Amino acid sequence: MKYIRIIPRLDIKGPNLVKGIHLEGLRVLGKPEDFAKLYYEQGADELIYQDTVASLYQRNSLTDIITRTAEDIFIPITVGGGLRTLEDINKVLRAGADKVSINTAAIKNPEFITESSRAFGSSTIVVAVEVVKQPDNSYLAYTDNGREYTGIDVLSWVKEVEYRGAGEIMLTSIDRDGTGSGFDIDLIKMVSSAVQIHVIAHGGAGNINHIKNAINDGHADAIAISSMLHYGLINQEDNLLNKFNDEGNIEFLKKNVSFKTFGSESLIDVKQSLSDEKIPLRFIA
Amino acid sequence: MDVAIIDYKMSNLYSVQAACKKVGISSVITSDRNVILDANVAILPGVGAFGEALSHLVKSKLDECIYSFIDSGKPFIGICLGLQLLFDSSKEFGNHKGLGLIKGTVKKFQLHSNQSIKYPVPQIGWNKITQSGNSWKKSLLRNNHDNDFMYFVHSYYVEPEDDSIVISKTTYGDKEYCSAIQQNNIFAIQFHPEKSGDVGLNIYKTIKKEYC
Repeated sequence: MKYIRIIPRLDIKGPNLVKGIHLEGLRVLGKPEDFAKLYYEQGADELIYQDTVASLYQRNSLTDIITRTAEDIFIPITVGGGLRTLEDINKVLRAGADKVSINTAAIKNPEFITESSRAFGSSTIVVAVEVVKQPDNSYLAYTDNGREYTGIDVLSWVKEVEYRGAGEIMLTSIDRDGTGSGFDIDLIKMVSSAVQIHVIAHGGAGNINHIKNAINDGHADAIAISSMLHYGLINQEDNLLNKFNDEGNIEFLKKNVSFKTFGSESLIDVKQSLSDEKIPLRFIA
Repeated sequence: MDVAIIDYKMSNLYSVQAACKKVGISSVITSDRNVILDANVAILPGVGAFGEALSHLVKSKLDECIYSFIDSGKPFIGICLGLQLLFDSSKEFGNHKGLGLIKGTVKKFQLHSNQSIKYPVPQIGWNKITQSGNSWKKSLLRNNHDNDFMYFVHSYYVEPEDDSIVISKTTYGDKEYCSAIQQNNIFAIQFHPEKSGDVGLNIYKTIKKEYC
């Protein structure tokens, strides 16, 4: 049996959990550790921490957050954002991460995938592939959270990523990210049928049906969810709103409005509904 | 010291130590022979390549230390690669000799995907451990339940010659394999209890209760 993993993805800027749309226009939602703890208790299968600005400013401020999280949360944590060298990866692993995700550095220097997979093992290396659908319906990979055009075709890129030894691909549709309008099923299907390695689908989850489609029709091995779970938590738990640092755009939180695109479905609800649909998942008692 | 976590430069030892700390076990990450032999329990963790790991162990003479620790009769725990290293040999990138503490070999998954589900190797994710042979009552799984979900990351699995040491099995694709063994004072598991949520922490709690 293969059990589908449901993975909350937490985008981080400085000390805060943030979320944007199309990986842009970041809103502060709270403290990553608080959300991580709640997701852990609700049965998250893994967690992803993505530093949204590390690659832009060439800095890496995540290590404190990783260490605090790994002391308290006993599921695998994948960390990405601005990792450029084997030493960068080593630092993040030593801080308590179990896996790393790389994108910009991998595209600039594909040999980095080979070197890092050899040094740390395939299962430690996740390559993040951020995709923008072109007017002619082709799919191209972008870097720097979807800001930088590369001209690289997604299908040939994911095959190279597999060939060079990465253990997993985190596939983000930039077009769908943060919109809650559903996954790009064609994209997920194209990639998951082209490679034998694990494909984590990300970008577009708005309701449970979307997730079901990504698994049943897209054949994703795992699903990463951000906005839908974060806003779901915020819509459920008012006290989370008081736990943020005042860096960044917090106007949204101060107004205490819920994000209307998303309901208040929790991770528990998601897993229960998928299980009712006979999708194999891990359950905690 | 309650637990010595054997450091042979091959793995993420932080999470093993974090799990110990969480349940109140004092632990040290060490490659010092005397510190290891003084501990109540020794844990051999590990992620990485078999051949490289074994050469690290031999170079630092930790192999002899492991033999002495096991001779002392104190509980010895192998996790993931730390399970595989205990076997006679591995077919990972050629043929490698192991520590030879457990009769049997380490083999690579050769899975046959069916039309709709692919089974990527390495297996990365959650899977069930199913009780096999001897009861868990005498092992460190005594406070766990049949079919508990544990977190696995591996391309290779162990095949012991003596089926009676197998205490749990797990199925991935069309392959049912040994996911835990108990041989005298050696308890070794393919999954990562420190990454398996509260169910995994149960094993650490049992270590604390019985040996610390």
